[in-house]
Amino acid sequence: MIEVKNLTKHYGSNRAIDNLTFSAGSESTGNIIGFLGPNGAGKSTTIRILTCFQPADSGVASVAGYNVFSQSMDVRRRIGYLPESAPLYGEMRAREYLHFRGKLHRMAKPDRDAAVKRVTERCWLGDFIDRPIGQLSKGMRQRVGLADALLHDPPVIFLDEPTIGLDPVQIRETRKLIRNLGDHHVVFLSSHILHEVEQICTHVIVVAGGRILASGAPAELSERISAGSRLIAEIKGDSESIVSAVKSLSGVENVDCERLDGWNRLAIESNGAGDIREDVFKLVSDKGWSLREMRREVASLEDFFIKITAEQSTAR
Amino acid sequence: MNTVLTLTKRELTAQFFSPIAYVVLVVFLVLSGIIFGMESFKPGEEASARTVFAVVPYILVLVAPLLTMRLLSDEFRTGTIETLMTAPVNEAELILGKFLGSLLFFVVMLAGTLLYPLIMSLYGSIDVGLALSSYIGLLLVGGLFIAVGLFFSACTQNQIIAAICTLAVLAVFTFLGDWLASNQEGTLRVVLQHLSIRAHYEVFIRGLIDSNHVVFFVTSTALFLFFGVKVLEFRRWR
Repeated sequence: MIEVKNLTKHYGSNRAIDNLTFSAGSESTGNIIGFLGPNGAGKSTTIRILTCFQPADSGVASVAGYNVFSQSMDVRRRIGYLPESAPLYGEMRAREYLHFRGKLHRMAKPDRDAAVKRVTERCWLGDFIDRPIGQLSKGMRQRVGLADALLHDPPVIFLDEPTIGLDPVQIRETRKLIRNLGDHHVVFLSSHILHEVEQICTHVIVVAGGRILASGAPAELSERISAGSRLIAEIKGDSESIVSAVKSLSGVENVDCERLDGWNRLAIESNGAGDIREDVFKLVSDKGWSLREMRREVASLEDFFIKITAEQSTAR
Repeated sequence: MNTVLTLTKRELTAQFFSPIAYVVLVVFLVLSGIIFGMESFKPGEEASARTVFAVVPYILVLVAPLLTMRLLSDEFRTGTIETLMTAPVNEAELILGKFLGSLLFFVVMLAGTLLYPLIMSLYGSIDVGLALSSYIGLLLVGGLFIAVGLFFSACTQNQIIAAICTLAVLAVFTFLGDWLASNQEGTLRVVLQHLSIRAHYEVFIRGLIDSNHVVFFVTSTALFLFFGVKVLEFRRWR
């Protein structure tokens, strides 16, 4: 549904995105794609290019089978877009606004009525659909914007930071809604909240500094980080011989030892080639030591995120 | 075309929701009313609304920028341009919709002045043809002013800047056109004379609908609308 190849965009001399290439919304990625990155990573810029708001400097992008540059109108008819700040006309009532947007999408009156009714239910606009948008709270406005993005039932929906500014209950409801949308639509959402992306997305693309750092299913990404993770083991015995014995195990790269009321607390770093827990256990039992704890320190996506963004900033 | 009408309707409604538009409406009617009251019934002279019609463009120079300044600037400032330009709407449709919406509001403004010929008809017969040609002239002037304002509104997200630039350009060609021309010689003088909005408009309030002058207003309006479209297209590339 979304194909991006070598996309680059500058603002003046500042490179917003740099040679992005990815494809999303196919069998392999599932329907809910998370575009994850810190502020200024080029998320909004990418979305603006994909929604035909801005042209890229170079590269090709297509959405729903149409080129975003040369077949812009075909793309625009097939996408729904909620920009980051959910811009709306304050003087209009929510219902009026949705009808206005429906007309721009050339929907006939009966279709529009049905569509407005449908999105009103889906986005829980019932309480304030007839109030002027200018009087609505940030969360309500966000929902009106979301309703607008769903109005013409587009195959692809772009959401730029969809849960920003919402209260916890609304965040949970919105996430639920997005997960449901995945059944019939391709949803491309940007976020800087890892937890969110981890929860709702079927595929995650991590960007920073305008470049893709990693991509894959959320579980896969976690796995990739935790594979090279640390094993914490507490063993009783002579610390020097324990450390040297553990170090000699295959796959172990580094061992830190810390004395803790008669026990040795070992932090074992492996190269991720395989699971070394069994080897550690066998070693302990062969030598006749005691073992009171062994656990894998599973790195979260968050750790990964902090690590890569830190790497990015030091690289600059 | 449907899209243009949808945008026109929204623009017209938005004008009616904007407090500025009401202020503009009131100021316009009060100023033109004062002139009508003071100039149209002078003892010993023929009652005539001609002075009012002659002065209205000068009032418009002051109020038109206020009417047009938010047209696109506000869309840029609030970011609604992003939802508009990612819907199946192209730049020309947007400009045309905004233009027609504002022009209709201007027609509403002008409708308020219909009272003047009406009052005059109470005291005698009025020259319907003259009134008609004057109104057509005013409509053409208003259209041009709105097109200029729309163009400047497309250039900036700051309403004040849009208003000041519009005011400057309109003032130069309405108030200063003749004066500038009179200070020049040769070709430049002829060119400036042709650009004087006052001179073109004058013909209409004399009761003449001359295609020459209609073409001047229509083409210059179209030119500014075209510039507006180009500016919008250009902005995407930045």
